[in-house]
Amino acid sequence: MFYDGNVSAERKEEKKQSKYAIDVENLRVRYETSSEVVMAVNGIDLQLKRGVTLGIVGETGAGKTTSMLSLMNLIETPPGVVEADHIYVNGTDVQRLSAAELCRIRGNEIAMIFQDPMTSLNPVMKVGEQISESIMLHGRVSKKDAMERAARMLEIVGISPSRASEYPHQFSGGMRQRVGIAIALACKPEILIADEPTTALDVTIQAQVLKLMKQLKTEYGTSMILITHDLGVVARMCDEVAVMYAGRIVEQGTLKQIFNETLHPYTEGLFNSLPNIHNRVASLKPIPGLMPDPANLPQGCAFAKRCPYAAQACYAEQPARKTYEDGHSVWCTAYRDAEFHIKRKG
Amino acid sequence: MAKYITKRILMIIPIVIFVSFVVYCVMDLVPGDPARTALGDEATEEQLEIYREDHGLNEPIVVRYAHYIGGLLHGDMGKSIYNNEDVWQLYFSKLPYTLLLAVASVILTVITSIPLGILAAVKRNEWVDTGASALSFIGLAMPNFWIGLLLIILFSVHLGWLPSSGAGAGWKSLILPMITCGTGNMAALTRTTRSAMLDVLRQDYLRTARAKGLNEHLVIIRHAFKNAQIPIVTMIGTQCATLVGGALITERVFAWPGIGSYLVDSILKSDYEVVTGFVIMTAVVVSLILLLVDIIYAFMDPRIKAEYARS
Repeated sequence: MFYDGNVSAERKEEKKQSKYAIDVENLRVRYETSSEVVMAVNGIDLQLKRGVTLGIVGETGAGKTTSMLSLMNLIETPPGVVEADHIYVNGTDVQRLSAAELCRIRGNEIAMIFQDPMTSLNPVMKVGEQISESIMLHGRVSKKDAMERAARMLEIVGISPSRASEYPHQFSGGMRQRVGIAIALACKPEILIADEPTTALDVTIQAQVLKLMKQLKTEYGTSMILITHDLGVVARMCDEVAVMYAGRIVEQGTLKQIFNETLHPYTEGLFNSLPNIHNRVASLKPIPGLMPDPANLPQGCAFAKRCPYAAQACYAEQPARKTYEDGHSVWCTAYRDAEFHIKRKG
Repeated sequence: MAKYITKRILMIIPIVIFVSFVVYCVMDLVPGDPARTALGDEATEEQLEIYREDHGLNEPIVVRYAHYIGGLLHGDMGKSIYNNEDVWQLYFSKLPYTLLLAVASVILTVITSIPLGILAAVKRNEWVDTGASALSFIGLAMPNFWIGLLLIILFSVHLGWLPSSGAGAGWKSLILPMITCGTGNMAALTRTTRSAMLDVLRQDYLRTARAKGLNEHLVIIRHAFKNAQIPIVTMIGTQCATLVGGALITERVFAWPGIGSYLVDSILKSDYEVVTGFVIMTAVVVSLILLLVDIIYAFMDPRIKAEYARS
């Protein structure tokens, strides 16, 4: 059904050597405008093991999308400024690639499903063409073959192949999202980034799309990063989870660790703010306050102001990473005290 | 689609009636005596009166207009009262010159402005953009006749490369009028292209295109420009429509024998038959061009095509 893209021997060697599908160290992204500097991502480390699905959770504006776009070098500069010690994708530092080399990786080795299906498809191009475009580009196949493959991709995502000659406006939101998935998967990428793939969809379609993605993942062994703010989606899809807040990762671990052995007060807050199905009359417990303005971040822990456990030290310095033996990491100053634990724990 | 086009063509009929009525009324108010125009300065008052009686000039304007429309329905656009030539034939003897000038100047506009506008949008705030903006403002600020005169002074008077008037020297005659009517249009189309492209360059689907691995060239041409075409085609259509009506000033400056200069002459001579006929024909041609633009939209944007099919 699929084919291998054109990969040089050198690239293959690099890929083989890399343990991680994605390995990012100290990624910082800021947007510089004439009036302010928005600190969108403030030093995150991220490793994605092959074949694993990593969920990135956090509220709007936490820097999830920005950090993922920088993996594909898709941040517009200016106004964006991307800095990192390294951003390895399949063993290659994308920061050092030329424009042409970058084009060979994008869509071929790493692909992305975008958040808003209503705006992420080209309105004046047939969906079949939009899918076949990357197949033609990376596979060097004829237009006819590419269109046939595009039609099959549509079939895979549950859309009748005969609709390949239709335009995006002729599809519903859910179908457009599936077209977006077909585009991303067209060249069978080894790494897939899905940016809130279900946020714009209604619940029944959500379930369909998630099922589809899971199916494709198991079939092709794709490594995946799933951005979402829906903990239900995370529980269903992910092996590992990273929680982001104000441009930093605050807690990272396996799905089980994050859900059952929550360490960070912010993660606790996220769980507490979920509706409780067993007690339907209980009011929701939202986290008080708002995320700080990324153009004006505090000196210390960005969550301190909203944190029920905040101490003096939290306001003064950035929390350091604390990693437990089981690999569960938390960035919280309170854990200097070995006795500290949050209320939800257990 | 066919239904839409038929409907639009039928809509030209009320436009023609309205335009002809307005022109008829206006020509009636313009000072000047058609009888005097026809018969010359030596004609006596009696001769003038006979002429007026013969041509129905003494009738109330509504009656005269009714006669005119009656003739029009039979394909008779009347005759020039100045030299008795058939207005229909006169129009089509002038049209080729106007069309030649219009087409040449639109081609010049399109091949210069669109690439420049795209470049300005892509290299926003860089020197190309600033330069294109500066040129556009100069182009928009300079009146046509003045550009024409400057070109004549340089290329005809000083350098002697190109003729200063008429259409007798083949392609050489065309160059200066073409540039003269093109300057303002080039400036306007560059601005339109730039802003249409800037609108599109912000769209999410360009990010999708880049994420597929398309190079920047393909992203701009295949994805961005395709979506920016509607305002650009609208602008080109409007410019064509204006030019086909006769580039009055340019044709005058270069004594270009097109519709525009003949129309101005006819107005000055109170040749109301010619004026009315020419204006009606211009209205028809302009309506057809605008219809063509609307049809082109349908081929550029499938959403518009769907809308036409519904209406």
